[in-house]
Amino acid sequence: MKVLVPVKRVVDYNVKVRVKSDNTGVDIANVKMSMNPFCEIAVEEAVRLKEKGIATEIVAVSAGVAQCQETLRNAMAIGADRGILIETDAELQPLAVAKLLKAVVEREQPRLVILGKQAIDDDANQTGQMLAALLGWGQATFASKVEIDGGVARVTCEVDGGLETVLVNLPAIVTTDLRLNEPRYATLPNIMKAKKKPLETVKPVDLGVDVTPRLTVLRVEEPPKRQGGIKVPDVATLIEKLRNEAKVI
Amino acid sequence: MPYAAPLKEFRFLLETVAPIGELAALTHFAEATPDTVQAILEETAKFASEVLDPLNWPGDREGARRHDDGSVSTPSGFKAAYETFRAIGGMGLPMPPEFGGLGMPRSVATLTDEMLHASCMSFGLMPMLTQGAIEALLIAGSDELKRTYVEKMVSGEWAGTMNLTEPQAGSDLALVKTRAERAPDGTYRLFGTKIYITYGEHDWTENIIHLVLARTPDAPEGVKGISLFVVPKFLVNADGSVGARNDVRCVSLEHKLGIHGSPTAVMQYGDHGGAVGYLVGEENRGLEYMFIMMNLARFGVGLQGIGIAERAYQRAAAFARERLQSRDVADPKGPTVPIIRHPDVRRMLLRMRAQTEAARALAMATAHAFDLAEAHPDAAIRKANQAFVDLMIPVVKGWSTEMAQDVTYQGIQVHGGMGYVEETGAAQYYRDARITTIYEGTTAIQANDLIGRKMAREGGVTAKALIETMRAFVAGLESASHAHLVAARRRLAQGIDALERGVDWNLAHWKTELRACYAGSVPMVKLFGIVCGAWALARVAKASAERLDAGDADRAFHEAKLATLRFYVDTMIPEAIAAAEVITDGAEGTLALDEAAF
Repeated sequence: MKVLVPVKRVVDYNVKVRVKSDNTGVDIANVKMSMNPFCEIAVEEAVRLKEKGIATEIVAVSAGVAQCQETLRNAMAIGADRGILIETDAELQPLAVAKLLKAVVEREQPRLVILGKQAIDDDANQTGQMLAALLGWGQATFASKVEIDGGVARVTCEVDGGLETVLVNLPAIVTTDLRLNEPRYATLPNIMKAKKKPLETVKPVDLGVDVTPRLTVLRVEEPPKRQGGIKVPDVATLIEKLRNEAKVI
Repeated sequence: MPYAAPLKEFRFLLETVAPIGELAALTHFAEATPDTVQAILEETAKFASEVLDPLNWPGDREGARRHDDGSVSTPSGFKAAYETFRAIGGMGLPMPPEFGGLGMPRSVATLTDEMLHASCMSFGLMPMLTQGAIEALLIAGSDELKRTYVEKMVSGEWAGTMNLTEPQAGSDLALVKTRAERAPDGTYRLFGTKIYITYGEHDWTENIIHLVLARTPDAPEGVKGISLFVVPKFLVNADGSVGARNDVRCVSLEHKLGIHGSPTAVMQYGDHGGAVGYLVGEENRGLEYMFIMMNLARFGVGLQGIGIAERAYQRAAAFARERLQSRDVADPKGPTVPIIRHPDVRRMLLRMRAQTEAARALAMATAHAFDLAEAHPDAAIRKANQAFVDLMIPVVKGWSTEMAQDVTYQGIQVHGGMGYVEETGAAQYYRDARITTIYEGTTAIQANDLIGRKMAREGGVTAKALIETMRAFVAGLESASHAHLVAARRRLAQGIDALERGVDWNLAHWKTELRACYAGSVPMVKLFGIVCGAWALARVAKASAERLDAGDADRAFHEAKLATLRFYVDTMIPEAIAAAEVITDGAEGTLALDEAAF
């Protein structure tokens, strides 16, 4: 079974992000970029499926600037067999990425696509669901456990009330939650071997996809600075303040 | 405050003082392309921050423990961290591919080693000693010894130790008494006590391979009668599997000032009939082999100094940003400010940062020379680089570890009373750093090596060539337009002149006033360290100025490089000038007091 794992290059989770002075977005010049942590979990899950003899080939795919190659090499160092870069300097929104991935799925014919539930930059949480809809495939999102049994995936999903187990027929889309697994460290020999694995580059136009943004970002701002706290003398004052100053009750 | 490896700085050093592209162009290091090296550094940084760093402080509290049966356990989490380290393939990074290593250049291993020591020096010691033991076997071991031991040590399956010191034989290994008697089957039986054996016993690996200095019965007196032996904890069967327990035991662990997580063992050989040992190389040449290996080991301890200094700086800088005390001196009616605003706190932080960066840049320039000396096709280039490495080893070891004393001291000072309290972590760095000026040769031993073997023996040829190289670099700053570089030019020239005064005085008095030369040997290490450090730092800053001129977007990084250089030359070069004066004028005072009057 072939497994496709889309991976996204994002600002490293340790970096304290700063809004650009013109409020058009977040400053990503000269900051450390890494693979989105949820995507790492997706790669790890695919590698575990391969180690169990369920997956036979893992194809990592990324969309974005040329440096996304590093993210793909990273996925290959963890265990993906080859990489596909859909190279573009254009801004990519979830719907465009889902369309690009649909085109790749049609070319590659995987039985399973594992994606991170969301990327830690925009936190959109849309691409996996949109891809499922575009393909007309079943989806199991926020997975904390994945078992493949013949043509069916039995997936434990994290929902607000607890855990929900769903059965989806393959081919299917799975998106990963934090507790699905703990990704391994890439071994140094595998980092060196990853360099020799095949990495193909295509352009959105080769896939016949128009990636023009459909949403307009009006303004990006820092969250409001936390105000200093005060002590209140009694519960009545607290309720009064919550009602009239904070306006939360 | 978690450790964050300075990856951006590492990358820049690999583009400037230790250009990795130049190495990757050589067949020997063809695999070390910049992108592969970057990925290796990033993965090691992740391991250091996520796995080792959280173990550092609890490991110091808990310490290593010896049990009644002679077994030793390290602090909670250390063994599991080693499993991960082994799985990553960290042990084999700089080792030859024919034994399962990755064959990465020294300049890459220098940075990965720094990260291990910065995040947890007590842990970093184990790979350091194992790699030292591997080196010794590669240098002098027979094919059979290599076949039996090296591959399993490179994979990290087995550990290694170095057994040199005995109670009466510290810096002076001529006094080694451990006996090695020949057995009829060509092996040896060892008897004796070794002390200060780092990771002499632990439960991380299936076997521990001890490399032991000992004397055969008819060996000549002194250093020419010492041989090197392999003594495995468990004898190895013909098929490579682990067999019977050998007659070597850990009889106690030392109670130390720092590096509590690292078990420092007293090892007893031969209490039950003799420990089986295998000769490495030839009899009576043990010390010679050891000294080849020692170059790397001493360099490695220098990296410990740099790593721990980096860690101390990061913690102090974070504290100084958060700690609110007093008003800005220029705004006495203003609000309470973070202490980083106070000029003297800036001075302390800059002193920490600038010395750390200078020592790192010099270590990287030396590591690059290591790599060229090993792999360059041109014999003349190999030779020149080896000469530079040999001259720099006592400087990188001696000076980087002495500077770490100052940096960890300042780290506590920035914290004030909070630094003296253990829970901030600043005190641990001060305690852990303290050993680095002692083991693998004290600073004075480095200093003896520098003025004796590395300078006087060759009439100062390499030292003088280095002075000329540095002068040429300064001349190249003639056209510099950046204000900090212009200022640095004058200071650098003063520093190089001072170094020349010290070197010339030492060489001129070597034949006539040897005690006076030795009286100024440690100041000589300092003089070399500060001036060569300034040169290395200036090479980096010059590249930064060029990047700024070319419109590099990361202005903050490059401007910091120039400002750090400015602080360093303005405040440290005066110390170099003073050190030169101690060398030329200090001996009489040092030697005047009658020995009986002490």
